Formats: sequence, structure tokens, C-alpha cells
Amino acid sequence: MYDFALQRPQSLNEAIEALSVEGAQALAGGQTMIPTLKNRLASPDVLVSIGGISELQGVSETDGTVSIKAGTTHGVVAATVESYPALASLAGNIGDPAVRNRGTIGGSLANNDPSACYPAAALASNASITTNKRTISASDFFMGLFETSLDEGELITQVDFPVPDAANYQKFDQPASRFALVGVFVAKYGNDVRVAVTGASEDGVFRWSEAESALAGNFSSSAIDGLEVDPESMIEDIHGSRSYRANLVKVMTKRAVAAC
Amino acid sequence: MSDKGIGASSKRREDVRFLSGNGKYTDDINVRGQKYVHFLRSDVAHGKINGIDTGEAASMPGVAGIFTGADFAEVGGLPCGWQVTDRFGEAMKEPAHPVLAQGKVRHVGDPIAAVVADSLEQARDAAEAIDVDMEELPAVMDMKSAVAGGTLVHDELETNLCYDWGFVEENKDAVDEAIKNAHHVTTLELVNNRLVPNAMEPRVAIGDYDASNDESTLYTTSQNPHVIRLLMGAFVLQIPEHKLRVVAPDVGGGFGSKIFHYAEEAFCTLAARKLKVPVKWTASRSEAFISDAHGRDHVTKIELALDEKGMFQAVRTDTYANMGAYLSTFSTSVPTWLHGTLMAGNYKTPLIYVNVKAVFTNTVPVDAYRGAGRPEATFQLERVIDKAARELGMDPIEIRRKNFIQKEEFPYATPVALEYDTGDYVATMDKLQEIADLDGFEARASESRQKGLLRGLGINCYIEACGIAPSNLVGMLGARAGLYESATVRVNATGSITVMTGCHSHGQSHETTFPQVIADMIGISEDQVHIQHGDTSNTPMGMGTYGSRSIAVGGAAMVRATEKIIAKAKKIAAHLMEASAEDIELKDGSFSVVGTDKSVGWGDVCLTAYVPHNYPLDQLEPGLEETAFYDPANFTYPAGAYACEVEVDPETGKVDICSFAATDDFGNVINPMVVDGQVHGGIAQGVGQALREHAVYNEDGQLVSGTFMDYSMPRADDLPSFVVDHSCQTPCTHNPLGVKGCGEAGAIGSPPAVVNAVLDALNKGGYNVSHIDMPLSPSRVWSAING
Repeated sequence: MYDFALQRPQSLNEAIEALSVEGAQALAGGQTMIPTLKNRLASPDVLVSIGGISELQGVSETDGTVSIKAGTTHGVVAATVESYPALASLAGNIGDPAVRNRGTIGGSLANNDPSACYPAAALASNASITTNKRTISASDFFMGLFETSLDEGELITQVDFPVPDAANYQKFDQPASRFALVGVFVAKYGNDVRVAVTGASEDGVFRWSEAESALAGNFSSSAIDGLEVDPESMIEDIHGSRSYRANLVKVMTKRAVAAC
Repeated sequence: MSDKGIGASSKRREDVRFLSGNGKYTDDINVRGQKYVHFLRSDVAHGKINGIDTGEAASMPGVAGIFTGADFAEVGGLPCGWQVTDRFGEAMKEPAHPVLAQGKVRHVGDPIAAVVADSLEQARDAAEAIDVDMEELPAVMDMKSAVAGGTLVHDELETNLCYDWGFVEENKDAVDEAIKNAHHVTTLELVNNRLVPNAMEPRVAIGDYDASNDESTLYTTSQNPHVIRLLMGAFVLQIPEHKLRVVAPDVGGGFGSKIFHYAEEAFCTLAARKLKVPVKWTASRSEAFISDAHGRDHVTKIELALDEKGMFQAVRTDTYANMGAYLSTFSTSVPTWLHGTLMAGNYKTPLIYVNVKAVFTNTVPVDAYRGAGRPEATFQLERVIDKAARELGMDPIEIRRKNFIQKEEFPYATPVALEYDTGDYVATMDKLQEIADLDGFEARASESRQKGLLRGLGINCYIEACGIAPSNLVGMLGARAGLYESATVRVNATGSITVMTGCHSHGQSHETTFPQVIADMIGISEDQVHIQHGDTSNTPMGMGTYGSRSIAVGGAAMVRATEKIIAKAKKIAAHLMEASAEDIELKDGSFSVVGTDKSVGWGDVCLTAYVPHNYPLDQLEPGLEETAFYDPANFTYPAGAYACEVEVDPETGKVDICSFAATDDFGNVINPMVVDGQVHGGIAQGVGQALREHAVYNEDGQLVSGTFMDYSMPRADDLPSFVVDHSCQTPCTHNPLGVKGCGEAGAIGSPPAVVNAVLDALNKGGYNVSHIDMPLSPSRVWSAING
């Protein structure tokens, strides 16, 4: 990696201050950032580690909402969240134990990797993503591959998930990385059903609206039978064609509904 | 089963240091004052270097030296160790293989320049400042079109064809005729997928130079330090053996990829001499992907002719074998003598013809990888047999059984030049059917169906030629080296023993199993025996460890040296007991005079050898140390039968391995636990090839699966608990231990079992699919199901 200065602020305000400098870059769990640096694909002047900020740590569950501070690791979410089992299960199947003990929810959402798991949960739950400046609805947050509506220097501080009546996440592993080749998160709130798909689209995480409509009227996997996913916008790579991913979206959606 | 010596599952003594973090690997070695090297590697597959400007880089902080091809123009290229002669009697095409690129780069990863600096990061910084004027050329990727013409990987060769090999050429017409007139011919076209070896420990090289004595030392991650000393000293750098020491300390896995002499070894050795400082290189994992020799990469068409009863009449096979951009050390022998000679398998096929076209492409060189040629032979043969059985409506086990070479027919000469000394293929198949509970398959398949899954059973056999190899034979076939092995057995004054072997252990457990043999022969405890290996300065010249040869060849050398020790010790004992040496018997560490109660202990005899006060000095030298070189009379022929059961999810194409059973005939077994471990590891790698691993190049010559994010290694939770058995033992008839070798069997035998199982599942599930190329990834299986 190239040389950089490392800062370890102890408070959110110090972190925001440090990140306001030109060439500064936030470091959360580092599960994407550190490999990027090691491959010399990024060259920040200052790396601002936010791992030591206690106000960014922890999970609380009240009145049908799970609130997760941005610096909370996947491992902690998996082990502590009780009222939203599908979310805890999703966190518990990200990467391997080393990744789960370092990687954070804020880092994952801010990075918006098209194959990451958390964006599917956030979008399907219409989570509220709070930053040092504002609160953004998940529906307005994800802007395509590795793109979000975050401004320069803006830090996620907390994510609030409304707890659904029923939910399930089905992840089909990419064989090598075990990221989601396709992951489908189904969440049911009363008669409202949200289906968020990760891993599949060239535009990043998306809601499969046809499935949502079909499931709103008939919340069973058979409701999906007659639907087809358009392969056109799907990712194609050595692990699967567009058609294959389109098929997986349908299969994983059916399985998620069946498992709810 | 014994609890000590040969046949005991003695615990691996090397694990004490490995599992406690005390292994000493090459990267753990740091020589005082060492500098670090970073190689500037080509990021294009094929290009002409019009100029290299190192001016700015040379002035950067910490830089001690920058080297380009010009600095290596006067030294030799990396040699190829095996000359193949083609069908027409012509020698193979053998291009130069420079240490650093000479005017042209030929694969992504080809080293263009090297920077030596105080720190690795400084070396990387400087490498980025080197300006290479590169004219990109079209990449030669597809083997068949490469042979047809067009862009040349090596302009001076005027062809991309390394050789066109036919075997046995005299059989060709008869094979063609038999196939033309056969009752039934099954044809299968397949790809044996290219693999990246991915040993846990990446390669490392440290060059050190002592100018006062003009002595060079190379510390390197090698399976055969003596071979590296010979190749690098004699052919590349012209350093005589007595001025060159090569040390391969603990090595974290090789699988073939650490047999070969690599450019980085020669570079570090020469740079240390030029700069007069130690020079260290440690490969990153990304670098390993584009600089370690890859494995496999064959494109094959095989035809099997059968009569109306399903008896094999003839086999004809045509293979394009990828050599990559240069000839790695043993690359040329893999698709020929380690592949064509195995095409008889376990069967009495009377007529066989093998054609192999070896082709240069703009890819990383391809060489031996666990099994080396034998997995490629086994895969195509066992796949085409399965396909034939399906076409003829025969049971896949029965078609194999009726074509087996029978126990009483050994020694058996195949039509492809090998003479199998011994085997019992019926017994191994009987055992397989028992341990795999094949009778219970239908019930298990029914349970799978209830879950919406398709269950399949894959069966195959394999044979391999191991214990490589008789030197005079391989010399006739083009090997430029002997393939004997050596051992020095040094008995210390108080009776403990140090064995110096030319073999090298990098996972094979020599430190545990070799002492078991000596302990058995002498009757002392295993902990009295220490194995020393890996350093050319204190071990006899040996050819190293690969081809499942260590126990069969190196172990045999150790037995021969120990026999000399025992013969001499008996003379000493005879002197002490005033008897004749012929009357001395050695048992349980004690020498006795037959028919008397006189005895003298092993320790007393050893001490007498080194304190020869009461000693026949007029007839016998003092001391007790002997060396033996052993050159095998034949290959050994481990063989076995494997069974794999899978569940296929037809909606996603995902394959789960439910069970895997292996019966192997390794002849006599020294340590059953170690053999189990070797088979387990081999099966894991074979399953990896069958379902996951694939070095994928795009048409521009970029390695698309160049990291573990895209190159899928098998993990523990991808695999079931294996059921392995090696109780069917037909001991090798020509080596003193009756052993055959077990290191490669699992990797050779398992890929066809997995693929046969998946195809069985699909066909039983109503999907008419005759073949899927490895790796059988979910998307490939789903695509096959969905046409």
C-alpha cells in the first residue's frame, strides 16, 4: 500500500472534522478498504479509522424497530438482534468469522457492493439510514454499483430497521467469494410486501416490483410461478449468465417466501 | 495392525512444530542486511518491448539496483528437463525461457524488470516509476487456432506447435481400423480444466552471496533442492555445485508447483552476487496466480470401440495440451509419458493410440500438478466408459468388471508400454461396493427426490504409474535427469540415527514415516531416528519429492543404506561376541549368536564402532555410516475404485457431495493414518477440480479468475467425511518395502467419480445430458439442464 497518515478519532465530531480534509477517507471494518489499499488501488492521504468511536457501537430494539449503530460488526448483529431473526441470520452468513468480526453495517451500506447482503435487508425493510447530517430512506439511498446518496465526508451513524411481520433472506453463494451470486430478501409488513434483490443486477440492489405486487395479493411461493425476470439488466460473469441469474432471482424469491 | 514400526499409525511428529507456529518456512528466514525485490510483471499477454526507461526509478529512495532483460542476456535461460520426440522423429520445439523478458512478453505475469530496494514498498514504488514502451500484440489463446497459424508466441520457432506426439505410432493403423469396424464407438469431447496450484505457502526465494568464499546460497520453496542446484547452477548461472548451496526448509505444500526451477530463484541468486547483498522475494497471492506453473489444460477427443458384449476393442484419443508461453521444467513429459502410457487404465483394451499436440499460448506455463498427466488420462477414459455404458444400457460397474485385467494375469504388459507388476481390481471393486453401501443407493435416492433433489452415483477406477522412475528407461524417453533417490544413514555413537535423504517433505510426513521403517528394521524406537532433508549441503544428491515417489524410491534407498549398516554392525557384534558374522541375528535392537544365549545390544555395537578399542581395525573401518542410491526397476502401479454420491438441485444447478468412498491398493502401507490423510487431501483437490476450480482466461489473455474472489477453492464444509480403505494390498514386487505410493491417488481418481455422479443424477432425473465440462459449477449444471 501507499503511505498514508492514520487518524483515530474518539468521537463522531472529531471524525467528521478529520474527514473534511481533502484526501481523507473513512476506514470502518476495512474488509473492502484494506485489500484495496494493499493492491494499491486507492491512495488516501489520511485514513480516518472510526472503529474506536463508542457512540457508533451497539444495537437496541424498541417498539418494532431494530436500531443498529453504524460501527456495529456483523458478528454483533448476528449474536444480539432478537426481534428480527432474518436480519440476524443475514449478518451471520456474511463472509467468514474474520470478516464478521471486523466488517460493519455502516461500511457495507456505504460501500454498496452490488453483491453485498446488507443492502438487500435495508431496501426490503425500507430502513432509515441516519448520517451526521440527515436521515435517508433506503429507497433513496442506493444509487447503483458502489454509489449511494451519501455526500463527501458524510458518515452513516445509525440504521433503523422496522421489524416486519415475516421476513426471510435467501442467499445463493458465488462459489469462490461466497458473496451473494443472487440474494433475495422478502419482508412482509401487513399487506405490503417488499422484495429486494442483491448480486443480480448491473444496477446494484433493486426491488422486484412484479413479485411484490403478486405477493401482496397472495403471499405464497406459487404467486411467483407465472413471473419472469428480465435477464437484460442482470450481471453476467464466469459464475453465471444473465439468464442464470434471472432464474436464481425467481427461485430464491420463491424459497424466501416459502421460508417466511 | 502394529502399534509401532511399519503399519502403525504413529502420530506426525512434524505437527508439533507446525501446529504450535514453530515451523520454519523460507519467508521466516531473514538474512542480515537483506534487501527486497519486486518484479515488474507484464500486464498484457503478448507484447513487444520497444524500450525500458529505469532512470527515474533508479533515483528513488532505497533503490539498490534495477535489473532488466539486458542484465540477463549473458546467462542461460531456464531449462526444460524432458525432450519429447515427435511422431516424425523430430525433437520438440524448445524456445528460450529467459529469466527476465528479452524484448518480448508472452503472458500476463511475465517478469519484465526487477527492483531491489531496502524495503518492499520502496521496491514497489520504484517499479511503478519504470517506463516500459510496450507494443501490444494479439494474444494467442485458443490452442486449435494457434496450431492452424496466425500470431506466433515465439517468432523464431515459426510455429506454435511444440510437438505432435503419437503413441504407440506403430499401432495407429490397427487402432483406426478397429474403430472403423467396431460394433459400437462411443465418442466424447471434453476439456480438462486449467488449475492454479495454490499451495498454502506462496513461493519465496532468498539469494545470499559470500564474496570472501565466492559461495552462493539460495533459500527457496522447493520440492527438490538438489534439482534446483543442478539446473540453476549448471544451465542458468554457471555456478559449480561446490559453490552453490540450495536450502528448502519447511515448505507449505507443493502439489507439483514447487518442483520446477523458476526465474525468481535464478534472479535472487544472481542479484545477490551482483549487488553483494542478500536479496529476498516473497510472492503475493496475486503474483502466485500469474507466476506459479498451472496444471492440466487439455482439450481432448476420445473414442472407445466396443463389441456387442461391451468388451473394449480399441481406444483412440487426440489431445491438445497447453504448454503456456514457455516450457516449464517438466511440462513436456506430462501430456506424453505421464499421460499416454496410462490410457490402458485397469482394462484389457488391446489397441490404443494416443495423439498429443502440445501448443504454445500466451498463458502462464503449464506443468505437473498433483497427478500430472495421470488425472487427464483417467478422466477421459473413465468418462468415456461411463458414457459407453449409458449408450449400451449396461451397468457402469459391470462394464468395468468385465474388462478388468484379472489378478492372475499380472505381470501385465499394456499396449502402451507399461508392465503392471501386480494388482487385484476385482478385490478393490468388491471392497468399494461394500464400504460405499451401494445396495442402499435407491433408498437414499428416494429420500432425495422427496426434497426435490436428484441423487446420482458415480463410479470409476484409476491406475497410476508412480515411484518415478527407472533412470535408464526415462533416459530413453527423453528425460534429461536420472530419477533415482538417495539416503545416508548415519548411526551416532550412542545408537541414535540421523537419515539424510534426497527426498523433501512438504506435507508427506517423511519425518514420521521414514523412522517407522528404520525402527522396524533395527528394532529400536522411532524417536531414536531423525530425518534430515532439504539442504544440499548436508544431504546426498537426490531428485526430490513428486510423482508419489518418496517411500517407493527414497524409502527404498534408505532401506538399502540401513541394510549396509546392519551388515557392518553384525560384523562388529560378531567380533564382540567372538562369533562369525553369518551367525549373528538382529532382533528387537539386540544382536545375538544364533543357538546361544550370547547377545550384545544395538547401543553397545554403535559405541564400539566409534570407540574402537576392542575392534577388528585390520578388517573393518570404524564408524557406522552408509549411503545408498536406489534406482527403481519399474514404476509402481497404485490402483483403486472410487464412488461418489451427489445431490443436484435442478432449480439452481447446485451439486452437493453427499458421500465419497475410496478403495486404494497402495501395496504395503507404512502409516495408515498418514495414508488416509494423503487420500483425503487428494480427493479434496479432485473434487475442487470437478466442481470449483478453473483458471479462466479471456480472449485478451487476462486471467479472469486471478484471485480467490473468483477462483473457487474447495473448503471443508464443501466436502463430506470421506470413507477410505486401503486394505486391498498387492505389494509392489520390485522394491524392498513392497510399497506403491499414495500421494496423488485421490486427485487422480476423484474427478471422474464426481462428474459421473452428476450425470447419473441428471439422467436418472430425466435430463438427457451426456457431458458437462469441469468445473461443474451451479451455472454450468443449470445450463445443461435447461439446454
